[in-house]
Amino acid sequence: MIDVIKPKVSHLPPRIERMNPISFTLTFGVAAFVIWSLTTAGPSVEQLARGLPNIGNILSRMFPPDLERIDRILWSLFQTFQMAIAGCAIGLILSVPLGILAAEGLSPHPAIRTAARSLIAVFRTVPDLVWALIFVIAVGLGSPAGVLAIAIDVMGFAARFFAEAMEETDKGPREALSALGANKLGMIMSAVLPAALPSMIATSLYCLEKATRASVVLGLVGAGGIGVELKVAFDLFAYQTAATIILVILMLVIAVEQTGGWLRRKII
Amino acid sequence: MSVTALEKIAPDGAVTPTGTGAAVVSVRGLSKQFGAGPMVMAGLDLDIQHGSKVAIIGANGTGKSTLIRMLVRLVEPGGGDIRLLGEDIRRLGAPGLKRLRSRVGFVFQRHNLVTRLSALTNVVHGVQSRMSGPRSWTQLLAPREVRAEAMHCLERVGLADKAMARVDTLSGGQSQRVAVARMLMQRPELVIADEPDASLDPKSGEEVMATLAALASEQNATLIFVSHRMEHAIRFSERIVGLGGGRVALDQPSHMVSEAELMRFFHHD
Repeated sequence: MIDVIKPKVSHLPPRIERMNPISFTLTFGVAAFVIWSLTTAGPSVEQLARGLPNIGNILSRMFPPDLERIDRILWSLFQTFQMAIAGCAIGLILSVPLGILAAEGLSPHPAIRTAARSLIAVFRTVPDLVWALIFVIAVGLGSPAGVLAIAIDVMGFAARFFAEAMEETDKGPREALSALGANKLGMIMSAVLPAALPSMIATSLYCLEKATRASVVLGLVGAGGIGVELKVAFDLFAYQTAATIILVILMLVIAVEQTGGWLRRKII
Repeated sequence: MSVTALEKIAPDGAVTPTGTGAAVVSVRGLSKQFGAGPMVMAGLDLDIQHGSKVAIIGANGTGKSTLIRMLVRLVEPGGGDIRLLGEDIRRLGAPGLKRLRSRVGFVFQRHNLVTRLSALTNVVHGVQSRMSGPRSWTQLLAPREVRAEAMHCLERVGLADKAMARVDTLSGGQSQRVAVARMLMQRPELVIADEPDASLDPKSGEEVMATLAALASEQNATLIFVSHRMEHAIRFSERIVGLGGGRVALDQPSHMVSEAELMRFFHHD
């Protein structure tokens, strides 16, 4: 027979540490705020019960997708993709110098680095739809506003990651070039950028995926692209046409994501 | 610091020049301390004549790398004076320092090459000592004469056939030889090498040291190198300077010392 071991322990620690009053108040406060938000802003059970059949109704009216205007929809989709490409290209090109100015050890002066970091933070914090609204007012309806909104959004994302990628590169080659009398631009272009390139390419591909998704919705605020077609289809209750538009958007986004993923694996 | 047999032969802190020309390095009363740490240098004096080959030895932490880095202000000197190639390095502004550095070839312990780029592009980077702009950033844009000179430098280190190979595909010894070729591309008057043989196997280390010494002789350039391998210090230098206690604790012509004596210096330090 196996003896049951009964260890003699004088004291067992509590499973949960006793909270101090401040932590307890903060935890309770956050939990209360979440519950309050759910009850005031979230859908009620009654609304969900009423809404679910409506969703089912809309989905049934979307089927089968209407292919009558497929050529126009595909052309619009192509223009949307061009918008994403153009916005992404402008944003990425400008992100390189902005990233250099924001990178520690590469920026010409700490004040310039702080200014560049602040600018990037502003670009990143303001949502792309808000940038689109601003540019629609500035340059008018259509794809130029969308391209500019995408470019700013890309800069907010890419410049930060470019700066980090450059900061993380091996300092050795930089020191070697400094020791032979190279200037700072030479060091950056010869040693820093080539070393940071794989990471920068991965970021750029992710930006293209992000820009493609953004370009689809920017049309909703008049910034060009297939979003306008989608809005018009819903406004006219042409749900079968809307279904076609949603499907082609889905195909484009999946194609860009898959291609981006494949390229990332090939390059890095 | 304890007294060694070699110190008795060499006057304390005295310099025995083996080169023939004027001093290319003149250090007086050099001191250095990192933060609140111990003094790495404490009143070090050293002269090195033009055309000489000097090995700097010493135990870990005696300031060998710090000394040679201070010569080109990769590390800022503490107290004292350093004159390098006739220039008072402490008085130099950024443009003056850049000009001075362009005359000094520095080979690092880790080759410090851009590993994603080809050997040829890395050697072309050496031209940035006298040329700037996109044509010095990559072999793709480099002028024909720069590419030809870079190829010649690779030939001199026996790596012409690896010109287009990415550095991360080369062995440690080959990479260090590419770094030597980049240094040659600079056309330096003075070559400083910080343990160029440290991270290499014995055969590759010896090849790199032999290449450096031969090239320095060919060009009549001054060679200062740090090494932990006593056989290299004796074989590839004319003069051995040992550091200890923040000063020059040993200064001897290489032919007058044996490996065993140098090892005794290490053990007494």
